[in-house]
Amino acid sequence: MYLHFQSTAEDHRVAKLTAFAIGLHLIESAFPSPLPGVKPGIANIVILYVLQRYGIQTAIWVSLLRVFASSLLMGQFLTPTFLLSLSGALMSLMALALANWLPKRYFSVITLSILAAFAHIAGQLMIVRLLLIPHASVMVLIPVFAVAALFFGFINGMITAKLLNKQA
Amino acid sequence: MPKSVFAHFSNFPKPLLGDWCVILLSLALILWSFSTLWSQQPAATLRIRMGNVVLGEYSLMQTKTLSVNGPMGKSIIEIAQGKVRFKQSPCHNQYCVHQGWLARAHQAAICIPNQISIELMGASPAFDTLNY
Repeated sequence: MYLHFQSTAEDHRVAKLTAFAIGLHLIESAFPSPLPGVKPGIANIVILYVLQRYGIQTAIWVSLLRVFASSLLMGQFLTPTFLLSLSGALMSLMALALANWLPKRYFSVITLSILAAFAHIAGQLMIVRLLLIPHASVMVLIPVFAVAALFFGFINGMITAKLLNKQA
Repeated sequence: MPKSVFAHFSNFPKPLLGDWCVILLSLALILWSFSTLWSQQPAATLRIRMGNVVLGEYSLMQTKTLSVNGPMGKSIIEIAQGKVRFKQSPCHNQYCVHQGWLARAHQAAICIPNQISIELMGASPAFDTLNY
């Protein structure tokens, strides 16, 4: 008896792009972070690129597969780290889905990147506040994370814009 | 001739008008969050709650030890000239006690098991008059 899975070209593309995102995520986690929780999030470059080239549906696939696969690879599946990663990814996907409606004439991928980065920390801080540190003092961290989100969101956006430019 | 490494870091696409608006708006929000969340306003009064019932408000400019009854027993709250702490608590994890002294406005310590919370408030809203 055979179980036969028919994989489409679309599946292959998602798998390839997810592999890129996982690779970038693993490289990033090898570097120590100067401040716990502040990371550039270079895997999001792939997500932004996918969103611009293939649409929100593929981006959702790649982003969530990336979260699950890299948490399995690093032995963090279902740990608090995984929850933080998942909530950040879900929130930034929501932000991207909404921001995708903005007129492309005025708003480039840089805007998408910055908004996704802000949504990402919002999702993570929500989990931290609700589950990990249920105390109002978490609010004090918001400005620090917001600065990091703007900074890295801008840089990731620039890199994505450049990658997209090359493709065109 | 191979391209210089630096060539990869040039010719970035320019941010569009909307991008600049988003960047400026985020910068403004960040500055605002710094000014509101990192305000170092010293606290003036202490509010003690059990559950959502306010049990009382006390000036911080005194030295006083208060004993408050919660569902688990007595929480001892110590006020010492501008700062306040949970001195003793009947709860098992003692998070409230370990939080130590609070002295700035908008700081709070909550003992969830015993349902007691202490919250510091700044000098504002300002007084109309003061009578002695």
